[in-house]
Amino acid sequence: MKYLSEFRDPEAARILANKIREVTKHNWKIMEICGGQTHSILKYSIDELLPEQITLIHGPGCPVCVTPLEMIDKAIEIASRPDVIFTSFGDMLRVPGSKLDLLSVKANGGDVRMVYSPLDAVKIAQSNPDKKVVFFAVGFETTAPANGMSVLRAKELGLKNYSILCSHVLVPPAIEALMSGFNSNINGFLAAGHVCTVMGYEEYFPLVEKYKIPIVVTGFEPIDILQGILKCVTLLEEGKNVVENEYSRAVRREGNIAAKEIIRKVFEVTDRKWRGIGLIPKSGLKLRDEFADFDAEKIFDIGDLKVDEPEICIAGEVLQGLKVPTECPAFGKECTPENPLGAPMVSSEGACAAYFHYKKTKTN
Amino acid sequence: MEFQLSCPIPKSEYDKVLIAHGGGGTLTHQLISKIFLNQFGNEYLNQLHDGAIFEINGSKFAFTTDSYVVKPIFFPGGNIGELAINGTVNDLAVCGAKPLFISTGFIIEEGFEIEELWKIVLSMKEAADKAGVMIVTGDTKVVEIGKGDKIFINTSGIGLVYDGVDISPKNAKVGDVIILNGRIAEHGIAIMSAREGLEFETKIESDTAPLNGLVEEILKASKKISVMRDPTRGGLASALNEIASSANVKIEIYEKEIPIADEVLGACEILGLDPLYIANEGKILVFVEADDAEKVLEAMRKNPYGKDSRIIGRVTEEGSPLVTMKTLIGSTRIVDMISGEQLPRIC
Repeated sequence: MKYLSEFRDPEAARILANKIREVTKHNWKIMEICGGQTHSILKYSIDELLPEQITLIHGPGCPVCVTPLEMIDKAIEIASRPDVIFTSFGDMLRVPGSKLDLLSVKANGGDVRMVYSPLDAVKIAQSNPDKKVVFFAVGFETTAPANGMSVLRAKELGLKNYSILCSHVLVPPAIEALMSGFNSNINGFLAAGHVCTVMGYEEYFPLVEKYKIPIVVTGFEPIDILQGILKCVTLLEEGKNVVENEYSRAVRREGNIAAKEIIRKVFEVTDRKWRGIGLIPKSGLKLRDEFADFDAEKIFDIGDLKVDEPEICIAGEVLQGLKVPTECPAFGKECTPENPLGAPMVSSEGACAAYFHYKKTKTN
Repeated sequence: MEFQLSCPIPKSEYDKVLIAHGGGGTLTHQLISKIFLNQFGNEYLNQLHDGAIFEINGSKFAFTTDSYVVKPIFFPGGNIGELAINGTVNDLAVCGAKPLFISTGFIIEEGFEIEELWKIVLSMKEAADKAGVMIVTGDTKVVEIGKGDKIFINTSGIGLVYDGVDISPKNAKVGDVIILNGRIAEHGIAIMSAREGLEFETKIESDTAPLNGLVEEILKASKKISVMRDPTRGGLASALNEIASSANVKIEIYEKEIPIADEVLGACEILGLDPLYIANEGKILVFVEADDAEKVLEAMRKNPYGKDSRIIGRVTEEGSPLVTMKTLIGSTRIVDMISGEQLPRIC
């Protein structure tokens, strides 16, 4: 872990924090898109090191948090069937649907399994030919290549019992939606480094032009994040609206071409509803028609579930960076990680859960 | 674009037991306080110590029980049998007691290989000998195929509390220094990698070990020990939170002082897990008054299970229980109780 410790070095952090203080002259609101960055920021209390003029706004980049309620309910419906083995990444299991979560389905006798890779789900399908194996394909551009690969692999193996429930979302349309929203007060973005590892960062060029904002490709370690912030503030103070790559050890301009090719081959862009935000045009991925045999939504007759989201918690505003979790009246009271009222309280990447674990302002 | 600024209210409480209720976090605590303490509560149980401490004819005894359902039953660095002995020995030891007698209850699934049972029993015998305890009573039940998972073991133990020793999580007090005897999170990661078939360059082994010898050295070295605890399920963070709330104090720990093996840290990074919440089976937290800390450290470092002992934190303030950590980059954050199982993150 020597390689990692460089990026958690207290002296380097102090120097960067001082530089940020030196360059900051005005008030700036900077949004980190990615939930992984939110988690790091709160885990290392990076905001403590920043001058007062800088406000970090936590964006909607937690795939667990933005997966729409209908999709969770569909997952629960499918997972409850006796002929199904339902597989998922770990942190989707606790996300509340409208009535249950997947862990409750498991407690009720459903075969729900946590996997670390969709390719493991394909293996489960191979060794359980009498069961239908479904993988919950959620996430941003980061998880899409592996999820797409699982479909290609299943096809290659001639599996008839493997499918994915696809709820992929895309980052650039979310930035677009946030900037064109009625209340966009964001001055600059830290783009999610891992997403850019796959996609590159060319797709941000039109966004900086259109909305006159700087976007800085940023990594996830404390030093990465401080470097991203320093670059973003410097660009803001200089009035430069450009895309910069501060995560060059992982990100190339064109991204990972092989991974992009898998995404292109298996998926196509679609409109997608984001939990707490609503429908964002062209913000998701769905399976192409030629892979319909692997599309759980088509295989299972689950109907068109429509679930209304009652207006109680402020997750929508939190996910758009309009409010911080502690401004929610339910934060730390009715709404806790054991009893989450909204999705951002579920995943450790969710802004509310991260605040709860590392800050708990209201409860203290 | 119109936004829907709303979010759903899901169900509030679970009406069935989830795996997370056994995770050692907040859900486990809910189960204990709402159901078990609610009905069984008494002066001994209410202390929520690793074991009950009571007096008979002028002698103080510690009594504890634990069930072992680990899967896989054989894992790098040990097996379920050795774990069942060491776990109960350690629970007695951290009560300030010399472990004496152990009971074993076996629940075995029909079809279980006798050869595997032999392996387990032999390692239990070896562990008991090493810890100097006798297995004095036991029970065996066999359940039908599919009604168990190979083998479950329950062990209970009785120990004699050392003279003049008063160890309890409620005794933690301002000024106490917190000592940890070595690298954390190895048991949990060893089990997880064996269970999930994850492979790392170096094999990560469980740290399962009997700590009664080490505890004896600690108690000889100082009369100023207030708390000892083995941070098993729920890890270091859960143990510290339990102590903070029992004693109603604030605890501060230092991230840079907490030893973690590179390969364990690597596994945690890959899986998105926090090592502070991962189980240990051979670790002990010792709270001691500051002026005796060096003496205790010196004594601990002489024991093979304590050679990497170091100070990882201290009790800073009374009231409003809270555990905070000075992070590697010099800021401070809360180290909270975990709510259920730690679930690997998506990305």
